[in-house]
Amino acid sequence: MRAKFRLAAIVLGLAILAAMPFTAEATGSTALLGLTNRILIYAIAAVSLDLIIGYGALVSFGHAMFFGLGGYTVGIIAHHTFGGGPIFGWSGSNAALVVWPLALLGCALLAAAVGALALRTSGVQFIMITLAFAQMVFFVLVSLQSYGGDDGLMLDRRNDMPFIDLARPQTFYFLCLALLVAWTLICLSIVNSRFGLILQALRQSERRAVNLGIRPFPFRLTAFVISAVGTGLAGVLWANYARFVTPDMAAWTKSGEFMAIVVLGGLGTLFGPILGTAAFITLEQLLSSWSEHWMIVMGPVLTLIALFGQQGLAGRLFGRRHD
Amino acid sequence: MLLFVEQILNGLQYGAMLFMLASGLTLIFGIMGVINLTHGCFYMVGAYCAAFAVMSTGSFLVGILAALAGAGLYAVMVEVAVVQWLYRRDHLYQVLATLGLILFTNEAVSMIFGRRPPLLDIPPLLQGSVAILPGLDYPVMRLAFIGVGALVAVGLWLLVNHTRIGMLIRAGADDREMVDALGVDIRRLYTLVFGLGGLLCGLAGVMAAPLLAIEIGMGERVLITTFVVIVIGGVGSVRGALVGALLVGMVDSLGRAYLPQVLQGLLPASVADTLSAGLVSASIYVLMAAVLLVRPLGLLPARA
Repeated sequence: MRAKFRLAAIVLGLAILAAMPFTAEATGSTALLGLTNRILIYAIAAVSLDLIIGYGALVSFGHAMFFGLGGYTVGIIAHHTFGGGPIFGWSGSNAALVVWPLALLGCALLAAAVGALALRTSGVQFIMITLAFAQMVFFVLVSLQSYGGDDGLMLDRRNDMPFIDLARPQTFYFLCLALLVAWTLICLSIVNSRFGLILQALRQSERRAVNLGIRPFPFRLTAFVISAVGTGLAGVLWANYARFVTPDMAAWTKSGEFMAIVVLGGLGTLFGPILGTAAFITLEQLLSSWSEHWMIVMGPVLTLIALFGQQGLAGRLFGRRHD
Repeated sequence: MLLFVEQILNGLQYGAMLFMLASGLTLIFGIMGVINLTHGCFYMVGAYCAAFAVMSTGSFLVGILAALAGAGLYAVMVEVAVVQWLYRRDHLYQVLATLGLILFTNEAVSMIFGRRPPLLDIPPLLQGSVAILPGLDYPVMRLAFIGVGALVAVGLWLLVNHTRIGMLIRAGADDREMVDALGVDIRRLYTLVFGLGGLLCGLAGVMAAPLLAIEIGMGERVLITTFVVIVIGGVGSVRGALVGALLVGMVDSLGRAYLPQVLQGLLPASVADTLSAGLVSASIYVLMAAVLLVRPLGLLPARA
């Protein structure tokens, strides 16, 4: 019964998302399409973060660094391609199929380095170390004077993709939707694979898993890297969506926002974070249009989510996935 | 040589400030197991309360009292309203709940005190500088900061190791149920420790206010450095907080003084300037990474 209900909800949600460009056009509201597009992009990051927090109990408080790095890779290459001169002897490229994999590779390498250090610890140390590394990335981005420093970097235009015109908002929207669906399916198959089961076994009882002959480190590091690549993809899409990157993309409040979204949606559910993103971004939009002091409400909302939101939206709607 | 001594003193002063913040944070974590991101807010609240008390009364002493009272009371309020429900919860929820409180506090402070940052002058008693070595004048305010930091360190050591409250704190950190069963109101003890942490933040806030800019968000900047301090020192250990604070203070101030010079000798000027600015900000995180490579639990963990 629950499974049927869940399937129906997913199909319905997909239908609403797929119809959104047409709805926006019919109602003449371009803002609606923009809002939904932001939700799609953030949802990719949220699903990625849920992969390690929800299934691996690795509470990364620094995931915004991958969001920022993904975005800045796109921004910096675009900057060099359009008049900034060559970078390391390379004249740059605006081809998405070149730039995007480069950005994701950068995120994977950073995640491998950070993860290798951070995973030497656990619990609170892990939280703080991921936070500190994200701060390091943030400070580096702020100190990049030739790329705008504090003010960030404007992009002349979106990347080029063969057969797909990213400059057209509707087309870009559908690409984001397709990527979100594909990424969620990938994460779902990861979670249900042998690898995913080991990750969850480590979450439930590290000692038991170790006694079964599992070395935790490689599994956790792999999960951390996969999650970072997904978050980097969100950053790449964000840079293309907003055509603007700032160090704020890697700020620690952004990491907190991602965590809040995952908890709001439901830890360890993968679909939940998408729901959580929609609720969170919509709320943010409503509150910020209501008053410039909207944080006075948003802050306590986060606190209440933490105090009472253990199941998350998905947990309440579809039943809990795990303890 | 004189520059070196001056930088060492600057490092001590920064270290003293970090210790006032880190000791409270590490006690709260060590005893209650709570990650409290609001800790930086107490520091900001202290600085704001001090600035406005001094502006309206003209007395620095009143400013100190206002900072201690404001930060201490706000800490107790936060503990009673939010943190006490989070003791047995996963760290994730503690981070999230206190993150929400930060956003709330920042907005509330800017609504109450206004967006324009207040100014606080150095009190007349602590103005000017004294000659420490021939040719080296050092500001009295900074020396006072170092002195207060040393007093706090001694005071905390006495409190934790030589008083009944300290004994209960140590016992509570090891076995909460046992202390509870012995008839001690552990809830009140926790509130007390939390308030003490807030009080120390208020002290750091009022001392820092004449030296640094008072602004919204000042708490977060120093909070993250404070986390670096307690991770380096070993989470939950006051001695570790002291060592970590001094280490971070020294690395930061010596890095600021010497790294640009070193890099300018090695690289073209334009590259060296950008790179050194980034590296100085990142240096304490590099230090943390290095310490963790050798000792994952920090230099002086609470329970090795």
